[in-house]
Amino acid sequence: MALVLNEDQALIKDTAREFCASRAPVSQLRKLRDERDPLGYDPETWKQMAELGWAGIVISEAHGGTAFGWMALGSVLEEQGRQLTASPLFATAVLGGSAIMLAGSEAQQAELLSQIAAGELTLALALEESPLHSPFGSALAAEKQGEEWVLRGSKQFVLDGHSADRLVVVARTSGSAGDREGLSLFLVPGDAKGVTRTRTIMVDSRNAAHVEFDAVTVGADSLLGKVDQGADVLEPLLDRARVCMAAEMLGTMDEAFERTLAYLRERKQFGVVIGSFQALKHRAADMFTEIELARSTVLDALSALDEDREDVPMLAALAKAKVGEALHTVSLEALQMHGGVGMTDEFDIGLFLKRARVQEQAFGGRAFQRERYATLAGF
Amino acid sequence: MKLAFTREEEAFRDEVREFFATALTDELRQAGRLMTSVYSDKDVALAWQKILLEKGWLVPSWPQEHGGTGWSLTQRYIFACERARARPPALSPMGLSMLGPALLGHGTQAQKDHYLPRILSGEDFWCQGYSEPQAGSDLAALQCHAVRDGEYYVLNGTKIWTTHAHYANRMFCLVRTGRFERPQQGVSFLLVNMEDPGVRCEPIRFVSGCATQCTVYFDNVRVPVTEIVGKENEGWTVTKYLLEFERGGGAAAPGLLEAIGNARDLLAALPEADRAAPARRLNDLEVQVHSLELTELRTLAETERTGSPGPASSMLKIQGSELSQAISEVAVELVSLYGMPFQPDAYRLGSNVAPIGPQEAVTAVPFYLNNRAASIYAGSNEIQRNIISKAVLGL
Repeated sequence: MALVLNEDQALIKDTAREFCASRAPVSQLRKLRDERDPLGYDPETWKQMAELGWAGIVISEAHGGTAFGWMALGSVLEEQGRQLTASPLFATAVLGGSAIMLAGSEAQQAELLSQIAAGELTLALALEESPLHSPFGSALAAEKQGEEWVLRGSKQFVLDGHSADRLVVVARTSGSAGDREGLSLFLVPGDAKGVTRTRTIMVDSRNAAHVEFDAVTVGADSLLGKVDQGADVLEPLLDRARVCMAAEMLGTMDEAFERTLAYLRERKQFGVVIGSFQALKHRAADMFTEIELARSTVLDALSALDEDREDVPMLAALAKAKVGEALHTVSLEALQMHGGVGMTDEFDIGLFLKRARVQEQAFGGRAFQRERYATLAGF
Repeated sequence: MKLAFTREEEAFRDEVREFFATALTDELRQAGRLMTSVYSDKDVALAWQKILLEKGWLVPSWPQEHGGTGWSLTQRYIFACERARARPPALSPMGLSMLGPALLGHGTQAQKDHYLPRILSGEDFWCQGYSEPQAGSDLAALQCHAVRDGEYYVLNGTKIWTTHAHYANRMFCLVRTGRFERPQQGVSFLLVNMEDPGVRCEPIRFVSGCATQCTVYFDNVRVPVTEIVGKENEGWTVTKYLLEFERGGGAAAPGLLEAIGNARDLLAALPEADRAAPARRLNDLEVQVHSLELTELRTLAETERTGSPGPASSMLKIQGSELSQAISEVAVELVSLYGMPFQPDAYRLGSNVAPIGPQEAVTAVPFYLNNRAASIYAGSNEIQRNIISKAVLGL
């Protein structure tokens, strides 16, 4: 286990920190939001991120990646989370890329991974069909017709699904919604005939889409992994998603806290800085403690992914539960401590609160993760 | 937590487990299970200390030339987990975990040569004299004073909440040797012989019925000037160093996980319909304790690089104590009325008085009551929050 970053990882983190702060800061998200940018992220910034190697950071060198690993990817996502950076990195590298690495045939990997690493291909995971995260809840049907598959149904809250070049679609090939068995994964071009994408911008300006599949026909080579055995891919994929979302949340939380501390040191009332009041000091100390505990869970979960440890599922649940809880508190306290200005759209701190709520719901909220943790621990 | 151990580490774990299985006598095992606070009685603590000393495992974190084990971080963690699992009696921490590291960091060669071996052997049994009736959270307000008289300090004043002072032959304490602008200045760290004339000790009975702490009175006690650790008037530096070790750098989580496990055993005895609420509570606590465990490991890793856990140890103290209290709270609810009879004879070591209710229920309430002190001692949790906000957050 590694609970501290090694030299390479620390360097990647520093670079990411500087890049996000200067090239993809909160103000960029604000601008994209205010201008109702149709893409929702800046393609030039994304290109630069790919040049830094971020898109291929967990992809093997044979496939054009850098293979720096999950700890490194987590560090980059943490820095993106710190600046609320708008980028398709999460959906492409963590979700789509993982699905291909976990389940793709040699041909699929050879074709797609190098494109991902080069920043030439964006992906999204089309999973949820209801407002509550449900790993096996898919009802969207895939029916075999000759050598082809026909997909009918709809997906909601597909992160970055409005613009992804390809969608990894979780479909049902047998059984019924809720069954672990009978799921299959398909790679579907975002502009395939019969696909209708409606952009659903989230409250935090995060990009997402509602996607309709009206008799979308794809070839046999679009199947990702084995028929009916999609859960075997989906489970490790969602664990990675939970760990990486927790890493992103850690950055969001750190930044919200630091901005709050800065405000406590600067804002004066009753003739003194409000940070001198013990009622606020103790709450700040509690936030610090919660953040540090949360940080430990993220670091261990990321290193568990790098080491391919057996306890990845449990640590993924632990990290998302713990970070979710800490961020929930920190985001609310941050707004409270900013007082009236915190309520305004002009002030950034509210953006962190909104981002926190969306992150919390993605891939299972706090109660979901706690329950999953206890089940995996055998209780 | 399930760490991926190497084959060597697994062998080490088996060795440690085997050691605890064979080294703990029935009596020591029983003493460990009947603990009603974080302390065991002197005789029991010393008997266990002797066994660990012979094995060479008494002070894993000390430098090897002074008796340390030279274990890796993982080995120390494995040892802590196996210890929690085996539930031996507690060692007295005052010499082994507090004064020892303080002397290693700030003592003279003569002090190290004289005191360290006696700490290890148990020949000296130490108590810690910090708090005073008027200096609790505001420790720097301490008034106990030492006045130089030739080659001696003459000591007068009162110390309170001194754990095991009635068993100890030695005390390390903070005394005022000068008056300066800042109250932290002018404090010295002094080693006192409890058998000297002028030292008087009175045990204090706690709400639990136990009397583990004392009030200690000094009336013109003469202490040789060679018994000062660090420089005169600069004892605060030594104390801060020591307190960081007291508060952090340890491993509370393995014991807390064990405590949750014990609570789960109690849960199993409840009717099915009554289990859901406490079970959920225990699951939530397990998430917190696991997070703490990883943070303790991270702190250990950082301490290995920097030498001291630093002010972040305050955060471990807050979490460790509050989680321990939360777990003991659930335990009390789980034993319900069986925990309520006052029956100290049933948990006295060597007693043959049969308890009312199951054996596991006997110590739940006294432990719970004594454990309320966890958020008060070693710097109350409010003081810890002050330290974090000042030293870490700059507020």
